[in-house]
Amino acid sequence: MTALDPNSSSDVARDEPVASPAGKELGGGFMLTCQVVLGIGFLLAWQGVSGRLVDNFYISNPIEVGKRLFGWIADGSLFLHMWATVYATLLGFFIGAVIGVVLGVWLGVSPFTSRLLNPYLGALNALPKVALAPLFVLWFGLGIESKVALAAVLVLFLVFLNTFAGVREVDQDLVDSARLMRATRTQVIMKVIVPSALSWMFAGLKISVPYALIGAVLGEMIAANRGLGYLVQFSGSQFDSAGVFAVLIVIALLAVALNFLVELVQDRMQLWRIVGR
Amino acid sequence: MIDLRHISKTFRKQDEYVEAVRNINLTIERKEIVAVIGPSGCGKSTLLNMIAGLYAPTSGTVVYKGTTVRDVNTDVGYMTQKDNLFPWRTMRDNIAFPLELAGVAKNERAEKADKVIKHVGLDGFETRYPHELSGGMRKRACLARMMLYGAETALLDEPFAALDAQLKLAMHSLLLQLAAESGQTVVLVTHDLMEAVTLADRVLVCTRRPATVALEQRIDLKRPRDVLNVRFTNEFKELYDSLWERLRVEYHEERI
Repeated sequence: MTALDPNSSSDVARDEPVASPAGKELGGGFMLTCQVVLGIGFLLAWQGVSGRLVDNFYISNPIEVGKRLFGWIADGSLFLHMWATVYATLLGFFIGAVIGVVLGVWLGVSPFTSRLLNPYLGALNALPKVALAPLFVLWFGLGIESKVALAAVLVLFLVFLNTFAGVREVDQDLVDSARLMRATRTQVIMKVIVPSALSWMFAGLKISVPYALIGAVLGEMIAANRGLGYLVQFSGSQFDSAGVFAVLIVIALLAVALNFLVELVQDRMQLWRIVGR
Repeated sequence: MIDLRHISKTFRKQDEYVEAVRNINLTIERKEIVAVIGPSGCGKSTLLNMIAGLYAPTSGTVVYKGTTVRDVNTDVGYMTQKDNLFPWRTMRDNIAFPLELAGVAKNERAEKADKVIKHVGLDGFETRYPHELSGGMRKRACLARMMLYGAETALLDEPFAALDAQLKLAMHSLLLQLAAESGQTVVLVTHDLMEAVTLADRVLVCTRRPATVALEQRIDLKRPRDVLNVRFTNEFKELYDSLWERLRVEYHEERI
């Protein structure tokens, strides 16, 4: 072979230059300092303005917010509420993701069904899913189930649409070549269609994580006796602006943590980017 | 073994009808290597798709080993101009794919795959992904996959069109060697007359669209052929010139 192939040594595709990790700019530490200073400055300004320029009733102040937070941490109630929200978010995300992926693959490979359901799915998708909340409370009660359902529905549509698009994008030549190698329909789906739609599925999963949180918090705001959404709603109804701010901070931190988790998972899934080529 | 009986194929695109193939009759014997040559876009690929059972002919029948082809013909290996390797599988897993489908155990399929990988000279690249391989290596991987699948018939659709001249020669030699070893029947579609005469037992010249067979020429060059030197023999030159004469008419008409 080698005698016949004068190119064999230069036959290898050149390794692409490894992308340098997003160039750490000079003075990255300086930027961090600036960011911290900005945050502290904002807190000081807030503290200064509150009670002098703006009524404490509306904007509270960082010290009171901090006190409220520590109070909740001390009596453990914050963790109860956080856990309720996290639980509803994750369970809703999981259920919505599974149903979305299955539905997306199923409709993606059955042209008849997808055309049949097309107008109805379009209408359902256009519907603001939040409006379903009262229905879920009716069906699933005031407990965690209705929050899970709302989070799941929000996630479901995003994941479904992405998966469906991904399945539709599958290279028909790859499908044909698998069929010519005696692949059964199930094998075509599991070994060709799903892997090649994976990058689309992950994109859908990624963007739907914050929506799961939105669904859970909204569900808790509408009717609940625990959860961060309930807590923010309750604090508001008690005219407790410090409490409202405290919960908002916790929700923001939770969202950041979730996004961080997604990034972590995504880094581990680097391999699937190959598919996009 | 392959019997095309009066097959025609017309594609419909909205209200436009395009006749790609018109009334082709062709019998291909077992272990024969047939090259189909003609202007690009003349419907040669459609012919292969019909033998593979991916398209049904508009009229006429494709008979494979005595049975009419109605669904995907799993007795053929099909190598298209585009290499249909799965981008998310390593080269070894791509090549072992037909065995995986057949439910062969992991160790056994890796072992068998490595054997053919060695045969096509790709050892050392087993764990690379297709995008990390060069065009020629991907072609060899496709050939290896087809070998491992063990198809009795190979359909090749301009498989080496995108390769440079030296690599093409290497691939020709590999192809002839593999076909001789496995006793495969080969149908090769190409627009490269040199390639057709070098490889085939029989060359069919197709007209421009709709494709019909304009000329059939036996190539009685002895086997095994030396792909590098066969082209410098007198027999080769005569065959090449007479075929070129006929082919020129097709290209000429196309230009008018």
